Amino acid sequence: MIRFLARRLVWFAATLLAVVTLSFFLMRAVRGGPFDAERRLDPTIERNLRARYHLDWPLWKQLAAYLGPINLDAHGARAVGGDGTRVFAGVLAGDFGPSLAYRDQTVGDLLRESLPISLALGSLALLGAVAVGLAAGVVSAVRRGTPLDAVLRVVATVFLALPSFVVASVLVILLAFAWPLFPVAGFGTWRHLVLPALALGAPIAANVARLARTGMLETLGQDFVRTARAKGLPERIVILRHALPGALLPVASYLGPAAAGVLTGSLVVERIFAIPGAGSHFVNSALNRDYTLAMGVTIVYCAIVYALNTLVDVFHRLLDPRVAAEGA
Amino acid sequence: MIGTGVWERLRAHRASWWCILFLGAVAIASLAAPLLPLPSPSALALQDEPAPPVPPWRELVRHGFRPEFADLSWTDARLTELRGRVFGDLQTAPWLGTDAKGRDLLARVVFGSRTSILAALAATLASLAIGVLFGAVAGLAGPRVDNLMMRTVDALQSLPFVFLVIFVIGIVNAYRAELSDRFGIDRETVFYLVIGAVSWLTMARVVRGQVLVLRNAAFVEAARVAGASPARILARHVLPNVLPVVVVTLTLTIPTVMLTEAFLSFLGLGIEPPKMSWGILAADGIEAINPIRIAWWLVAAPAVAMGSVLFALNVLGDGLRDALDPRTRRS
Repeated sequence: MIRFLARRLVWFAATLLAVVTLSFFLMRAVRGGPFDAERRLDPTIERNLRARYHLDWPLWKQLAAYLGPINLDAHGARAVGGDGTRVFAGVLAGDFGPSLAYRDQTVGDLLRESLPISLALGSLALLGAVAVGLAAGVVSAVRRGTPLDAVLRVVATVFLALPSFVVASVLVILLAFAWPLFPVAGFGTWRHLVLPALALGAPIAANVARLARTGMLETLGQDFVRTARAKGLPERIVILRHALPGALLPVASYLGPAAAGVLTGSLVVERIFAIPGAGSHFVNSALNRDYTLAMGVTIVYCAIVYALNTLVDVFHRLLDPRVAAEGA
Repeated sequence: MIGTGVWERLRAHRASWWCILFLGAVAIASLAAPLLPLPSPSALALQDEPAPPVPPWRELVRHGFRPEFADLSWTDARLTELRGRVFGDLQTAPWLGTDAKGRDLLARVVFGSRTSILAALAATLASLAIGVLFGAVAGLAGPRVDNLMMRTVDALQSLPFVFLVIFVIGIVNAYRAELSDRFGIDRETVFYLVIGAVSWLTMARVVRGQVLVLRNAAFVEAARVAGASPARILARHVLPNVLPVVVVTLTLTIPTVMLTEAFLSFLGLGIEPPKMSWGILAADGIEAINPIRIAWWLVAAPAVAMGSVLFALNVLGDGLRDALDPRTRRS
């Protein structure tokens, strides 16, 4: 297990390093810099600005300075944070530098404000989706072939086919305008989170329902379930205690991709509902060339998804000894 | 092989068959869009607010078609000409309503489907060219290379790709003038390339799994013993048997790619106006939502279009998987 975790960590570091390096060179290769404005800046001011963000250094030096807490400046002064007082520590130290568009804030400041909002929304959506999806999938499998099963399956397939922004707009029209139960947009109370969480969670719930149904059907056909029934156990116990754990495996391994899906979906959903989360920051940063912010969000989200994937794999190994045996 | 039997089984699966017919109709309508008696999707008729739908049984057609298009390819221009000769200035009434600028929504949905199809095409090509090759090589190359290649796929797959795509597109945006001047690549080409570049991973994984199974199959062993070259084994024995999983994976990849396209266009990072995409139409529709007047048709039209096509693709994918899976053949 420790070897497995260590290997995952090495791969993660390598992947992230590759991503960071590649995107670093990509964003520096762009000619139109973030300091291009409609009005041409005074050359001295521009030079000073570039010097402050160390855009005048050779690329390798910029990359090294961006990555780690290495002091490369001849004068011993590193690039400073947005407020001009903090020292830039480098990505390895969890510092993504100053935001290029919000000049008064560092990427760290922006993330500290926005990430908790996004995480709250995301985990609400994920938990709700898994709960609803599991229930639907299990009911569907147990009542296999009944009209209820058919309806649940069609509903799941429909939600799988609808993009989150479509679900979001339909929800807004129905539950915010036609029947004003929830606020249209914004952030503040829990009521603001209901509609976005529904829109985010719908496709996840649909997927979970499908996976749970398949897994459940497979386990329900197994010998040990028949044995449990033959022992005379009540059907409820057979399903919940004996069959359900088997059905949980495919759902558990889907949680990693599901988390990625929630994070991706949050880009659109946060925008529609005007939620000041990391997703909206990210989209804006891509639109107004705030490279450091875009990079920061990318790295943080990659790390979250990777960590969740690893966690899921760990659970998988704990739940299913066969996995641990085959993939060392 | 996708041989006899599969087609029959697919036809017997009523839902899959309807999906094939529906998707075929959509594809034909989309390709032949300039030939259909639709209003021009970009002809403006300035008005204050979106006009609600007029159902076809109330008003079937109107006169006054103006061939105004943002930009037409050579074939589309010919098709438009032909259409003018056949239908004259006859056009359908706004069956799905119009947007605030008076553009016909049905026409915009039909023309917008072309973007989805292009994205699907890009993903298909990339999946076939990169994914199948990568997977086949990994499966045949022996454990060490295989391990390295598959760990690379793992690593790439564990990244939330949309973020990287958006990042790249954000950067390409800054370069668009140069790209088109110097290389003749416009932003859309880059967009499709990027979409293709991230959609081959699942294919590689699935193909590799299948190749690994086939590698040790008796008939491949026999071919090897008989002295067949690796290239011949790959082309004659392995690839034909990989085809079913490739087809199934494709039908499952295409809907995700269409979703990604709509998603990015919705955010303003994909296709840009005056070109059309279901994502852009949905974004327009959401923008038009306000408490005073809900122009529901602006949301409903792209939603239903996208939902029905993706639904059909998903059902077809499931049906194909069942039809091609030897384990379920008995049922």
